[in-house]
Amino acid sequence: MQKYLLRRAFFALGTLIGVSLIIFVVLRILPGDPLVAILGVEGHAKMAPADREALMRDLGLSDSLPVQYARWMRDIAVGELGKSFFRGDTVRDLILHRGPLSGEIAILALIISWLVGLPVGILSAIRPNGWADAVARSLSVLFIAVPGFWLGLLIVLALLFWFGYKAPIIIVQLWEDPWQNFQLVIGPAAVLGLAQGAYIARMARSCLLEVIREDYVRTARAKGTVERSVVLRHALPNALLPVITISGVLLGFVLGGSVAVEQAFGVPGLGRALVVAIVERDIVVVQNLVLLYAAIFVLVNVLVDMSYAWLDPRIRYQ
Amino acid sequence: MQSQALRELGGFARRNKLSVAGGLVGLLVVLVALTAPWIAPREPLKADFRRMNKPPDAQSFFGTDQVGRDTLSRVMHGARTSLFVAFSAVLLGTTVGSLWGVSCGYLGGRFDLVSQRIMEVLQAFPDLILAMAISMAIGTGLPAVIAAIAITRIPFGGRVIRSVAISVREMPFVEAGRAAGASQLRVMSLHVLPQCVAPYLVLATTHLGVAIVIEAALGFLGVGVPPPTPTWGNMLADAITGLVPHWWLVLFPGLAITVTVLAFNLLGDGIRDTLDPKLSPAVLRLVTGAGKSTAAPASATATKPSDAPA
Repeated sequence: MQKYLLRRAFFALGTLIGVSLIIFVVLRILPGDPLVAILGVEGHAKMAPADREALMRDLGLSDSLPVQYARWMRDIAVGELGKSFFRGDTVRDLILHRGPLSGEIAILALIISWLVGLPVGILSAIRPNGWADAVARSLSVLFIAVPGFWLGLLIVLALLFWFGYKAPIIIVQLWEDPWQNFQLVIGPAAVLGLAQGAYIARMARSCLLEVIREDYVRTARAKGTVERSVVLRHALPNALLPVITISGVLLGFVLGGSVAVEQAFGVPGLGRALVVAIVERDIVVVQNLVLLYAAIFVLVNVLVDMSYAWLDPRIRYQ
Repeated sequence: MQSQALRELGGFARRNKLSVAGGLVGLLVVLVALTAPWIAPREPLKADFRRMNKPPDAQSFFGTDQVGRDTLSRVMHGARTSLFVAFSAVLLGTTVGSLWGVSCGYLGGRFDLVSQRIMEVLQAFPDLILAMAISMAIGTGLPAVIAAIAITRIPFGGRVIRSVAISVREMPFVEAGRAAGASQLRVMSLHVLPQCVAPYLVLATTHLGVAIVIEAALGFLGVGVPPPTPTWGNMLADAITGLVPHWWLVLFPGLAITVTVLAFNLLGDGIRDTLDPKLSPAVLRLVTGAGKSTAAPASATATKPSDAPA
């Protein structure tokens, strides 16, 4: 068991190193001089070559690629993360300032997806092809197809037109003003949560239907267990494993989707920072933020595997 | 022969009414995209300063935008770009991934091991974020966006088709080919590859919807196909540049995305159920990327319901 977890963590670390290499290579093959991106074509042309070189040195872009990569790894190890090209603040400040908002959105979305998806999936599976099932399945098909950022735009517009309501647009942390903060995160979290909930409902339904056919469930019924207990206590726990897996995978959708959804709601989270950095070609910010998103995704999938071991004794006692 | 094909199609239609409806709607959208230059009421790029910010009326059914361009025409022309990007990206990504997957599954060994690590790394990125980073690196423009989306599709094809190839590899007819002295390339392309066509089709249709959404998101975030070319995502980005966004500028492009994605998803579901009933939900997990727990011990995967390789 411990050996397995260790191996899993080791693999995850390997994956992350691969991820950092890909990010590094992709961002350094940028066509065009990063200085042109920073100064604009005119500013770049006006600058004396010596000044250009000095600036490149300041930004740490004149060293050879292996040296640059090694410096990046060192920066991560000591938690420095480098500086934005355009703004004075370091990437670490940026993450500490905006990260909590995006984190709240992701966690809230996860909670909403389970609160909505699981009951709907169970309801569907109890009477397959009944009317509740039909409604639930149509809704989940619909919510899978609707792009979250568009739904977000519609919600923002509807609130504005009918109620004249606008969510706060500045960063309000949870510990500063919980109510303002809630108004900021609930919209994106609801949109992202419902889309995930649709997948979870679908998965829960199909897995539950398969488990319900198994012998031990028939045994439970035969000995006279109440139907509710058969479904919730006998069948459900075994149907949950794949649902947990898909929930971990869906986090990829949430992390990626949150970038667009944050933009739609105008939430100043990490996603917005990433978009701005990409448009401005701020390499240092982009490489660290993309790595952060990938690291969270990988970490959550390790946690999902661990939860498997915790939930399924057959794996635990191996 | 032809009548049998028609009969099978008829059977498919009877069993999957929703999926046929999805297919028809999808076909309609494709037709609109193909014929947009002839059927669109106005020029998509032509500004008309006498008719700015008009809500939907008899002259322009979907209203006009901030510079008086006709939204309906722009949605129709947007379908051209959006669908072209999505189709090319899925075709490119799934094909490259599938060929890679076949080689991995059939050849095995160190090549497979290294390839699997690379695909794991590619899957460690959230789709949209990887696409954003790649399109930033290789520049904006149609080919860059297509390549960026295609790269995010490669590992899905790679993983699913690899597992198919592994199970096909052990079949007697493949062994017969090997015994007859056929080269590896010949066995792979003539005996193993044809068995992968069905899962390939399923993969391609399932990912079409995802690709459309990624394209739209890239356009919305301003890192997709550069303006003024109308795509559904660009139109949404344009819509919110105004101080007070107009509802018709937001509603119609998004509706076009939703209807199209819904149609392709329904079609994909039907194709999946028909080509292999065993494919769902275990392979659905694989197709949607949930197959990442392959690092879990064998018993873990074997105890999941119907996780046998299809």
